[in-house]
Amino acid sequence: MPSNPANAGNLHSLPWPDQYAALAKQARTPLLKAFYEAGCVDPETPISDVPLVALDFETTGLDPSQHSIVSVGAVPFTLNAIELNHCWHQVVRPALPLHQTSITIHGITHSDIDEAPDLGEVLDRLFSFLNGRIPVVHYRDIERPFLDVALQWRLGEGIRFPVLDTMAIEAHLHPDRRPSRWQRLMGKKPVSIRLADSRARYGLPHYASHNALIDALATSELLQAQIWHHFRPDTPVRDLWL
Amino acid sequence: MQPELIDIRNHMAQFPPFDEMPEALLDQVVENIEIQYFRAGTTILEFGAANTWLYYIRSGAVEVFRRSGELYSRLGEGEIFGQFGLLMHKKTRFPAKALEDTLVYRIPDDIFQFLFENDENFADFVEIEDRSRLRSALSRREKSNDLMTSRVTRLISRAVVSAPSTVRLQEAARIMTDQGVSALLLMDETGDTPKLHGIITDRDLRTRAVTEALPSETPISDIMSEDLITIRANSFIFEAMLTMLHNNVHHLPVMDRDEVRGVIALSDIVKYESQSSLYLVSNIYQQTNVKGLKRISLGVRDTFVRMVNEDANSHMIGSAMAGIGRSFTQRLLELGEEQLGPPPIPYCFMALGSMARDEQLVVTDQDNAMILDDSYVPEEHDPYFLALAKFVSDGLAECGYKYCTGDIMATNPKWRQPLAVWKRYFTDWIENPRADALLNSNIFFDLDGIHGHTEFAESLKTLVAEKASHSQRFLTLLARNALNRTPPLGFFRTFVLEEDGQHRKTFNLKRRGTAPVSDLIRVHALACGSRAQNSFDRLQAIGKTKLLLEDDLGNLRDALEFISIVRIRHQALAIEADREPDNNVRPEDLSPFERSHLKDAFQVVSNAQKFLRFRYNAQVGRNAQ
Repeated sequence: MPSNPANAGNLHSLPWPDQYAALAKQARTPLLKAFYEAGCVDPETPISDVPLVALDFETTGLDPSQHSIVSVGAVPFTLNAIELNHCWHQVVRPALPLHQTSITIHGITHSDIDEAPDLGEVLDRLFSFLNGRIPVVHYRDIERPFLDVALQWRLGEGIRFPVLDTMAIEAHLHPDRRPSRWQRLMGKKPVSIRLADSRARYGLPHYASHNALIDALATSELLQAQIWHHFRPDTPVRDLWL
Repeated sequence: MQPELIDIRNHMAQFPPFDEMPEALLDQVVENIEIQYFRAGTTILEFGAANTWLYYIRSGAVEVFRRSGELYSRLGEGEIFGQFGLLMHKKTRFPAKALEDTLVYRIPDDIFQFLFENDENFADFVEIEDRSRLRSALSRREKSNDLMTSRVTRLISRAVVSAPSTVRLQEAARIMTDQGVSALLLMDETGDTPKLHGIITDRDLRTRAVTEALPSETPISDIMSEDLITIRANSFIFEAMLTMLHNNVHHLPVMDRDEVRGVIALSDIVKYESQSSLYLVSNIYQQTNVKGLKRISLGVRDTFVRMVNEDANSHMIGSAMAGIGRSFTQRLLELGEEQLGPPPIPYCFMALGSMARDEQLVVTDQDNAMILDDSYVPEEHDPYFLALAKFVSDGLAECGYKYCTGDIMATNPKWRQPLAVWKRYFTDWIENPRADALLNSNIFFDLDGIHGHTEFAESLKTLVAEKASHSQRFLTLLARNALNRTPPLGFFRTFVLEEDGQHRKTFNLKRRGTAPVSDLIRVHALACGSRAQNSFDRLQAIGKTKLLLEDDLGNLRDALEFISIVRIRHQALAIEADREPDNNVRPEDLSPFERSHLKDAFQVVSNAQKFLRFRYNAQVGRNAQ
């Protein structure tokens, strides 16, 4: 979802810190300018030194061009500490009507939403978490594209950033997770890379409730577990981000 | 706290000390948590390293070690570690390692210190000293029992009714009738101030005066009881109860120094505590045959459960149960003597083991013996005493006191011997000790005369008290035997954790808990030349000699009390659920509160055993169990 198609090609081939530097110059809104100016860590930085923020959006559907964000959860963390005293949860009013089905998933009701602000009103708060941190998500096709579209709508320009995707890491670890018909006959079970199932493989607890904050927290814990099991604290961040 | 984090709060609210924390305070804790994941095998805290966090295990398992590298404890979900360091210079004292993949919640030091200052329950829980934790756990329990918090003076409802000890029988009876009292105090008025001289009760009038058809002019001093058992005015009601149970008296003068403040009767306590064990005891003496006793014995377990539910302490319950057992035995002896005729020579019936220690519970064998007068001629006298011993033993079995599997009963000729033989037995055990023989005779070092010429039993106590402290070899072997049974290290999930890291499903709270404590207390008590039998009394006697430090004594007292209470509660629960009570406990049957304090208590016992080994040079003979 490039914001500036004209020179997108060569810009996107740059390393992330250079892209941020270039985008900082192009950005028209102070919010985005500040975001890019806060910079991106060097790709060689060991993961243990990278400031991270687990990000989770609850949305009315899966298509960023048709559906809207309903709530945001953000949990700043590092490989060694997830800080609950800086976490954030915010219900926002979707631009598009709330579908009956997503109500039951999120437990967010019409009355919650009627009182909620528009995402545009809480962008300062959201960016206070994003500036200087690499976002961590479980399934990279939600938070990044939804935020990009939401910003294009409200600010007239989108956003680019690398993410660490805990689901992609699981997918990578379990390349044969969907057994063939033959394997299924032999009793092989598919490996689920959904958030709760992935966590269970690392002995992480089950969370009874679901909301953007708990899911962001769950994602941050999962990343810590993945790193300690399959990588090392000095693994460079470039091996992990997408 | 963000309401979305309720999952975290709800998890912590299940486990002590957070389970009793006010919601607002716990919210504050949750708000400040940091979360960290540790892969199995990773070190979480290194010895001596700075630590500014209290760790709470959300999932997984952690092993905590001593400085020496010995396993200290294994912790699971909901348990905490790191508190020792936070209370002591912010340096890790007990290193910790993830045993499984573990997710921890870290609570920062400033929040920890705040909780420590402001939440009493939290402070008690994390306190370094095991002792104070046990103490506060116990005192909270004791505070809720009326008998343990009310003084005997509360039962005194009227002025003292007394008469000079020079009055005649008829005059005494008249005063008692006029005043409507069941006991009359008799005063020695020869000095400046009247002094308590004796007591006469309704029962005395019936049994001594009426049945003997004494003339009404008989001086009361001829039939009154002297050398009275009294109680101090500042005693608690339960102490009065214990005194009555132990001595089988129904009236206690309440003394303020030399002055009589009043008299409390068994009926006063029964009125105050209508379901009291004293009621059952008084009922025992009214039975005229074994059938009647058996009927009463069906109520013993109910009395036990009631005392447990009323939060009585283990000393009260143990004494009450021993008092009940003693009363059954005494009544059976009375009935036996009625049936067989008066004994041909003086004898003493002796209780051994837990009954002698006043530490009996509901699951118990009968352990007893007979000391006969030295004029004993086997052919002539033994048929009588065998018949009597058998009558009592069978009667006790009818009443639920199982025959002793080790055959330590007066029915065994070996344990039905004249005093001189008994003295030889004890002298031999003490002066020529052999480890295996001592193992079987341990039980004889808790003895109490309960019927007949109890001075025979007293003379054995004297002999033991004099000889035991001088036989180093005896003490060494006794100590070595006392080390045969060790407490477990603690618990882990649904398992008992042993010192070598092994797990077990169940453990025996008597063999691994109360018995090791009473064993080691016995060794010290004998070394001090104490005549006391009850473990708590023995601790007091040990305290006077400075053999153990005041702190260690308190620790042991609390440990014994706590382990006993858990054991007692376990049995009471079984009885209430219509199961046969026993001593085998599964960790999953214990509350988190019991688990954590039991661990503290085991630690105290383990340390006390280490000291015992060192003090009596009892290095060898430490088996796993």
